[in-house]
Amino acid sequence: MKSFEYLRAANVSDAIAAGRLPGAVYLAAGTNLLDLMKGGVTRPDRLVDVTRLPGLDRIELSADGSLRIGALVRNADLARDKDFARAYPAVAEALLSGASAQLRNAATVGGNLLQRTRCPYFYDVASACNRRQPGSGCDARHGENRLHAVLGWSDACIATHPSDFCVPLVALDAVVEIEGRSGRREVPLDDLHRLPGEAPERETILEPGDLIVAVKLPSAARSFSRHARYLKVRERASYAFAVVSAAACLRIVGGKIAEARLALGGVAAKPWRAREAEKLLAGAPLAAENFRRAAEAALGEAMPSGDNAFKIELARRILVRALTLAAAGTPERIPALPASPFSTRPGALHDA
Amino acid sequence: MHHSISLSINGVRRDIALADVRVTLLDLLREQLHQTGTKKGCDRGQCGACTILVDGRRINSCLALAISHDGAEITTIEGVAQNAELHPLQAAFIAHDGFQCGFCTPGQIMSALGLIHEGQAGCDPERIREGMSGNLCRCGAYAGITEAVLEAQKKIAEAEERRVA
Repeated sequence: MKSFEYLRAANVSDAIAAGRLPGAVYLAAGTNLLDLMKGGVTRPDRLVDVTRLPGLDRIELSADGSLRIGALVRNADLARDKDFARAYPAVAEALLSGASAQLRNAATVGGNLLQRTRCPYFYDVASACNRRQPGSGCDARHGENRLHAVLGWSDACIATHPSDFCVPLVALDAVVEIEGRSGRREVPLDDLHRLPGEAPERETILEPGDLIVAVKLPSAARSFSRHARYLKVRERASYAFAVVSAAACLRIVGGKIAEARLALGGVAAKPWRAREAEKLLAGAPLAAENFRRAAEAALGEAMPSGDNAFKIELARRILVRALTLAAAGTPERIPALPASPFSTRPGALHDA
Repeated sequence: MHHSISLSINGVRRDIALADVRVTLLDLLREQLHQTGTKKGCDRGQCGACTILVDGRRINSCLALAISHDGAEITTIEGVAQNAELHPLQAAFIAHDGFQCGFCTPGQIMSALGLIHEGQAGCDPERIREGMSGNLCRCGAYAGITEAVLEAQKKIAEAEERRVA
């Protein structure tokens, strides 16, 4: 690991001033950053430690019903907060399906949003990677790419965003509160991550020094609490990134879908909101053929980026399963294997 | 440039001069403080061998910069047994063959302690397996590990009930 200057910020304005210095990177728990630094993938000159910033570790409900989650709230604490899990069950389930208990105890809300892709060519500094080293090429394009993107990719980059947390958040219209050079601003989470296009190295809309201080969920996000699920296909039962995942949140009135919120994970360089599919479901009865039509629409523009055509049909099916489970109702308690499509009981389709 | 931090390690406060800002809690424990019970497996947060408790929470010490944890209370495997008496979890690992080579065991035990403190798994073996998935065992002692955690969970809960009653 390259050495660095260590700066501990006492308040947000000091952090932003330090964060704008050349080669500066913010350090929260470091669960992704330290891994990247050990591999030489990220080589910061300065680490600005934001873990002691006051007031960013709180979960606050506003009078208007919106929720503000401080950027330093740990993933495990958010998922285990009873009020949070009751109001936003798909988000809690997504959090608990990510990483391991040790990592969830450390990893922060802000850090989860800004974690980097797990594309192995991004991690291997001997490989060509436009995201890590602009203009060097993309070894994933003709390499081991069965887990890569099927939506929104470009010839320059086919990496995916690995977060589970972001998938239901983007479905629920989460907003990111950013403190920067010119004060505080709010950006929809859907606009935070950029698709690769010709410049995959520009992963987010953040400018130098910008610091995520909170994530907000609007009051309407609570109205899906009774019919909300997150499902995630992994290559092992636990402690693995998504091959494909889906968040389905429904507001059901009189046996029909009044409103649907859908998003996919593991398919693109950002959490993928499926707005066309949502429109198809608005006003529709709870019927399998409607779920399938929505899934067809959600993957309408999907294209394999390599040896990964299977992910397109897998994503459709996991979205149908997520919709079916959401329609059946949020379980009383998050299942023993959060977000798992597999059952521990022989013969059962699902243990949710 | 030297940095100084203060840590409580298994109940003993230590003032520590860090020769390098890059030192993780894992390397600090093993190389500088010679507390080698905490193991270095992958050093990348994938295996769980380095699990310790920081302020009562289980984390991967390989991904924690020491300098960022000034003031923290650290518990390692060296601090689990009281005097000469094994912790019920340690005794249960022996009783249920929860290891073969033993390299992952300190991490398994610290992780299981964290799991029991978190109070989310109870006596459901599926929830215990899921809650322990951040600790790999290359010998494949998972069945014994699950049984050991189940038994310890029950014993600790019973002892807690007796204490309250």
